[in-house]
Amino acid sequence: MKTYDAIIVGGGHNGLVAAGYLARAGLKVLVCEKRYVLGGCSATEEIYPGFKFSVCSYVVSLLRPEIIRDLELPRHGLEILPLPSTFCPQPDGKRSILRTDDSMESYRNVAQFSRRDAEVLPRFARQMTRICRFVKPILSMVPPDMDSWNPNELLKLLELGRGFRTMDPELRYDVIKLFTMSAVDYLEDWFESPELIASMSVSGIIGTFLGVRSPGTAYVLLHHYMGEIDGVFRAWGLPVGGTGGISLSIARAAQAFGAEIRTEAGVKQLLLKGDQVRGVVLENGEEIGARAVLSSADPFVTFKKLVPEGQLDPRLLDSLKHYKFRGSSGKVNMAVDRLPEFTCLPGMGKHLKGDISIAPSVDYLERAYDDAKYGNFSRRPFINVVVPTVSDPSMAPPGKHVISCFVQYAPYQLKDKSWDDERESFGDAVVDTLAEYIPGLKKSILFRQVLTPLDMEREFGITEGNIFHGELSLEQMFFLRPIAAWARYRTPLQGLYQCGSGVHPGGGIMGAPGQIGAREVLKDLKQKRPAHR
Amino acid sequence: MAIPSPFHEKTSALCTSLKWKEWAGYYAVERYQFNHDQEYFAFRESAGLLDVSPLFKYEIRGKDALKLMNRVLCRDVGRMKDNQVAYSCWTDERGKVLDDGTVARFSPERFRLFSAHPSYYWLLQNAQRLDVEVQDITVQTGALALQGPRSRAILSQLADVDKLRYFHQIQTKVDGFYVVISRTGYTGDLGYELWVEAEHANKLYDAVWAAGKDYNILPAGILALDMVRVEAGFIMVDVDFRSCTYCVTDDQMSTPYEIGLGWTVHMDKGPFIGKAALEKEKRQGSAWSLVGLDISLEELEKLFDARALPLDLPCATWRGVVPLFDSLTNRQVGYATSGVWSPLLKRYIALATVQSRYAKLGTVMKMEALIDTDRRHVSARVVQKPFLDPARKKSVGSDVALVPALV
Repeated sequence: MKTYDAIIVGGGHNGLVAAGYLARAGLKVLVCEKRYVLGGCSATEEIYPGFKFSVCSYVVSLLRPEIIRDLELPRHGLEILPLPSTFCPQPDGKRSILRTDDSMESYRNVAQFSRRDAEVLPRFARQMTRICRFVKPILSMVPPDMDSWNPNELLKLLELGRGFRTMDPELRYDVIKLFTMSAVDYLEDWFESPELIASMSVSGIIGTFLGVRSPGTAYVLLHHYMGEIDGVFRAWGLPVGGTGGISLSIARAAQAFGAEIRTEAGVKQLLLKGDQVRGVVLENGEEIGARAVLSSADPFVTFKKLVPEGQLDPRLLDSLKHYKFRGSSGKVNMAVDRLPEFTCLPGMGKHLKGDISIAPSVDYLERAYDDAKYGNFSRRPFINVVVPTVSDPSMAPPGKHVISCFVQYAPYQLKDKSWDDERESFGDAVVDTLAEYIPGLKKSILFRQVLTPLDMEREFGITEGNIFHGELSLEQMFFLRPIAAWARYRTPLQGLYQCGSGVHPGGGIMGAPGQIGAREVLKDLKQKRPAHR
Repeated sequence: MAIPSPFHEKTSALCTSLKWKEWAGYYAVERYQFNHDQEYFAFRESAGLLDVSPLFKYEIRGKDALKLMNRVLCRDVGRMKDNQVAYSCWTDERGKVLDDGTVARFSPERFRLFSAHPSYYWLLQNAQRLDVEVQDITVQTGALALQGPRSRAILSQLADVDKLRYFHQIQTKVDGFYVVISRTGYTGDLGYELWVEAEHANKLYDAVWAAGKDYNILPAGILALDMVRVEAGFIMVDVDFRSCTYCVTDDQMSTPYEIGLGWTVHMDKGPFIGKAALEKEKRQGSAWSLVGLDISLEELEKLFDARALPLDLPCATWRGVVPLFDSLTNRQVGYATSGVWSPLLKRYIALATVQSRYAKLGTVMKMEALIDTDRRHVSARVVQKPFLDPARKKSVGSDVALVPALV
């Protein structure tokens, strides 16, 4: 039996980051990816000849700067283009909320809706910057153990408490609001324009089965503000070559450090001896030995599929049942033969290079959620559109474009219906909605790919199609992610670790779970001598 | 993208250098000619014509207009007469400066406020429960500054400005359209600002241009303005201090006393925003002070000479943060924020923020200076502001000689 120091289950961005760090530390590392292509949900695929798609995830912001530095990702092909705008066309076909990297241009545009709000925007951004400074260090720490008397754990809690205590009171109250309010309520504290509030509130619902008026969504708003590119907060970027470009750069870095990566090598189960992990069995029956196995799969897959039955405390296994996946989003990818033209802002412009939202009003978004609450996909959904080819022409033949649509809501559980029957009508609803803003859209479509939560579960192995490996709601964050007993990367099985988005600090192309997971493995393995030397 | 000002047709035809910059979202000329020194001398010897339309402009009308102004501004506008203009700053409740600008009183029920940053929200917030209407007239109002010793002679061909006193305004008609002319400006010199509805902007420009032809009128850009405003000791928001609206930490904010605007704070008027905090600071003293610096040319000369180089002086105003050190301990005690060689004064001058105990006139600190490629220290002495204060600035009629500036 071939033996490694560490085997990583899943070649998504987190698994690859973990591999990179472990290989960099001199370990003999193997990554096993089930699919034919690396990246997991951050993969680029040519699903229509000549057109490349960021099939699932489509933009990046949270990727930790220290991972970029440590793994020397630019040297391995990481390039991120700026998304210079957020654009929210209005249904009247005339107006739009367009905020760009030009602050005075944004001021003028927003002033058309509310002069007051235009002036409040920089104040809001400043507040987010301040709060992020408090929250950001949490992203790179192992959540403290609330029950431990270990001085290190107590110190961590103390540090957090001190950070909170030394905050400006005004800021402190705002943090409490962010942790408890709905995105809309919180934004209404700041702004008056319903159009602006709607366009901003959608950051609070991405990847959750909640509405913009549901309490707790304000925090997700902050999660989206926390990203940084080149040290600039609230900067989102478009990876060259799609989000698969990021994964491939991490994979190349890991390989350069000596990691082995195998595709079409799905892991079926763990090999155990007692409660000690000894390796993995692949789907083809091949057995591979390892001192440590890191699962970048979600908690459901890790604990209910990879771990053989009967190995875990059934009580804890039961509490995982209440961990919320509830996939709520779908993806529609299109290849088109021309530039999409918006009625309200025809032609080429900065608005096409940025992030485009179909979110005309809070009521519209709530109605979209209402559909989902009762087991239907939204007839008129929230759509987050990017046209990567406007900035990165390598994704399609000259003059042609790809359009990526993240769509919410698409509940995993449809009432009395199956996604296999509803897939195309869901796709039609998305195209119909978009065509109200881009009249020429339907005629221009060469190819359409519709991904429902069920498709994402089947193809990418994410339970119930949840893009974050479980919702980013507060009750399943930090030391509660995925459940309190298993929140610190380690598991009850010796040698089994978690390094995916299902552990702190959660989803998004951030890489932090992979990085911190690997760090914990290294701590544990330090005592023992590597197996292969 | 920046947008054109109401005078764009005129200014773009004259801007042969194609040197533009962005100012509050508008295109603004950096310099019209290849070199900006002609424009500088126009301000000081004849007349420079500058498009200042990007300033934010608000009209405040209503029974409680005076009340709102007095609530927001540090200055007492109750003391002002109608058609008087005043310079003021305004702060938040902690006394941290939001912005500075001029306020024009048309009547107790009508004011105009001119600011560098958008101020609508602040005015609106403080106008709650007041009988007052705040209107943003930025876009529909063009503004021109005509500054320099010949500006009066030029303008008197268009309007009756001979008797117009410093920081006063007249409402008049030029070619049949309404123009407000105020004797104000950012040059610390004899000069005027003209406020006109945007649709008449080009006609006004033509009229002023024609009247100025025999007086060597020159269009002037931001570079020339930046030199004369340092000579006048005028601070600039985002350069010499920051508006607290855009600061992330409290350390970055300033109070009026810390930026030399204590004289605009009128404690004897009724309550205004920030008063309590400012009263406390006035009692206890300020941590920081804004000072004028005179930088030693002798030392600079020596340092350049040691590199076998001729003395190299900043012919255009630099904006940035240049550290200042205690001359004995070498500990940093402040920073200079704008500096320039003044061709009229023949001195290298700068504006700086220093710990208050270093603000006394005559205090000598060390300022970092770049000698070609080497970072060195030179002496910088605290001196009186303004650096240049010509008598003609406040003169009426022909009571003083107009040129040269310093006699």
